[in-house]
Amino acid sequence: MPDAWSQYSKKVMEHFKNPRNVGEMENPDGVGHVGNPVCGDIMELYIKVNDGIIVEAKFKTFGCGAAIATSSIVTEMVKGKRIEEALKISNKAVVEALDGLPPVKMHCSVLAEEALKSAIEDYLNTSPLPP
Amino acid sequence: MRRIYLDHAATTPTRPEVVKSMLPYFADSFGNPSSIHSQGQEAKGAVEEARTKVAELIGARSEEIVFTSGGTEADNFALKGVAYANEHKGNHIITTSIEHHAVMEVCKFLGRRGFTITYLPVDKYGLVNPDDVRKAITDKTILISIIHANNEVGTIEPISEIGKIAKEAEVYFHTDAVQTVGHIPVNVDKLKADLLSISAHKLYGPKGAGALYIRKGTKLVSLIHGGEQEKRRRAGTENVPGIVGLGKAVELAGQEIGKEAERLAYLRDKLIEGFGEKIDHIRLNGHPTRRLPNNVNVSVDFVEGESMLLNLDLEGICASTGSACSSASLEPSHVLLALGLPPEQAHGSLRFTMGRENTEADVERVLEVLPGIVARLRAMSPLLKTQK
Repeated sequence: MPDAWSQYSKKVMEHFKNPRNVGEMENPDGVGHVGNPVCGDIMELYIKVNDGIIVEAKFKTFGCGAAIATSSIVTEMVKGKRIEEALKISNKAVVEALDGLPPVKMHCSVLAEEALKSAIEDYLNTSPLPP
Repeated sequence: MRRIYLDHAATTPTRPEVVKSMLPYFADSFGNPSSIHSQGQEAKGAVEEARTKVAELIGARSEEIVFTSGGTEADNFALKGVAYANEHKGNHIITTSIEHHAVMEVCKFLGRRGFTITYLPVDKYGLVNPDDVRKAITDKTILISIIHANNEVGTIEPISEIGKIAKEAEVYFHTDAVQTVGHIPVNVDKLKADLLSISAHKLYGPKGAGALYIRKGTKLVSLIHGGEQEKRRRAGTENVPGIVGLGKAVELAGQEIGKEAERLAYLRDKLIEGFGEKIDHIRLNGHPTRRLPNNVNVSVDFVEGESMLLNLDLEGICASTGSACSSASLEPSHVLLALGLPPEQAHGSLRFTMGRENTEADVERVLEVLPGIVARLRAMSPLLKTQK
């Protein structure tokens, strides 16, 4: 039973094994690109926004199990959220949603938060503000 | 699920024969080797027998073997011991950029305490150039420490050539042979080593036991002070069961060494070849031929090592990676970087190290499983898109 001996929570492993919303998005309203090859994690987050609400989110990630799991869960967390609510999603909330991360993997949750913020910023910079 | 263990460079299972040889020394022959009575002398006899076996395997004399708690202590003993016993002669130490942490961190420690350390580069295969060693020697050089075979990429260094250079320059020469003793022939005279580190658990012996070979006449100070054990070179009541286990493990290794190395090399080459056929954008790290018979280290482009490792583990396959993600530092393996790999390739490394229990079926299973894992992770990778 490898799961039982994993450094990761069941929730992390579940998202790692079955990541949600993987892939690129055609004509996204916002794209976040964070991380670099030196640190070993690269995340790309795409969002589609309708009437100030994030209706779709997708990701592509190069990174460890935690990086994949945080990317996956953050795409779930933002769906259906208003932009201003989504901006409030912190790395702490990502960690909590995954039932915790090992201390050395905390930076992955920070990266997920940054990817989301960067995607929203991209949307706000390129799209006209909703009325 | 059947577990396939392919991480023998990390540790090996203790062989049943070894466990059996150790058992009497926990409760029946539990004596302290320093005790005069028969209970103690029985244990002392067992320790000395093990010493002879270790000495025989590496072509040394019994009195040149000092038992330690393992490879790390042996490395610490060799480096700090020589450094502090010879600082009146000089303060310069030569090593490489691909040493195990047990040597590298000791060098950094000594470097912060007045010693000057030269970290020699390696070529793209991980080989040290003996000429670089020769050129690095100054009149202040007191020690050269170079790993016999690298634990990550498996490259076997030209140790006897370097040993010859050290001898000519009258500089002490240490080699960390933790990955080679019991796996490929090791002879201290052929290697011209003055000090050589051994670990039991890398050769199917128990954890917590090892040895340092110290050529007669080598001046070094002790690391651990206390009682008169090990001729005052290493204090502390001997780990009798561990030492007996080390003795049994080297005895068995000595009997099987050539044949087993040949068998493993076949499996190794089959795995390397299979990877090349089944996965594109994959490359072998380390030397194509001058490598440990059981080591396969590859970099898989566009994917990260830990995520491959986790997926392999879910399939029951235990391997290892040089990716930063498995460490707290976030830096990828210093060895892979020293070979000149760009960080993303170092992050995408996987190491498979085979051992006694592995068969051709295990290799076939890895070849069956890994391509799918790589494809799945590549579909998720933002790196692939930019490369297309």
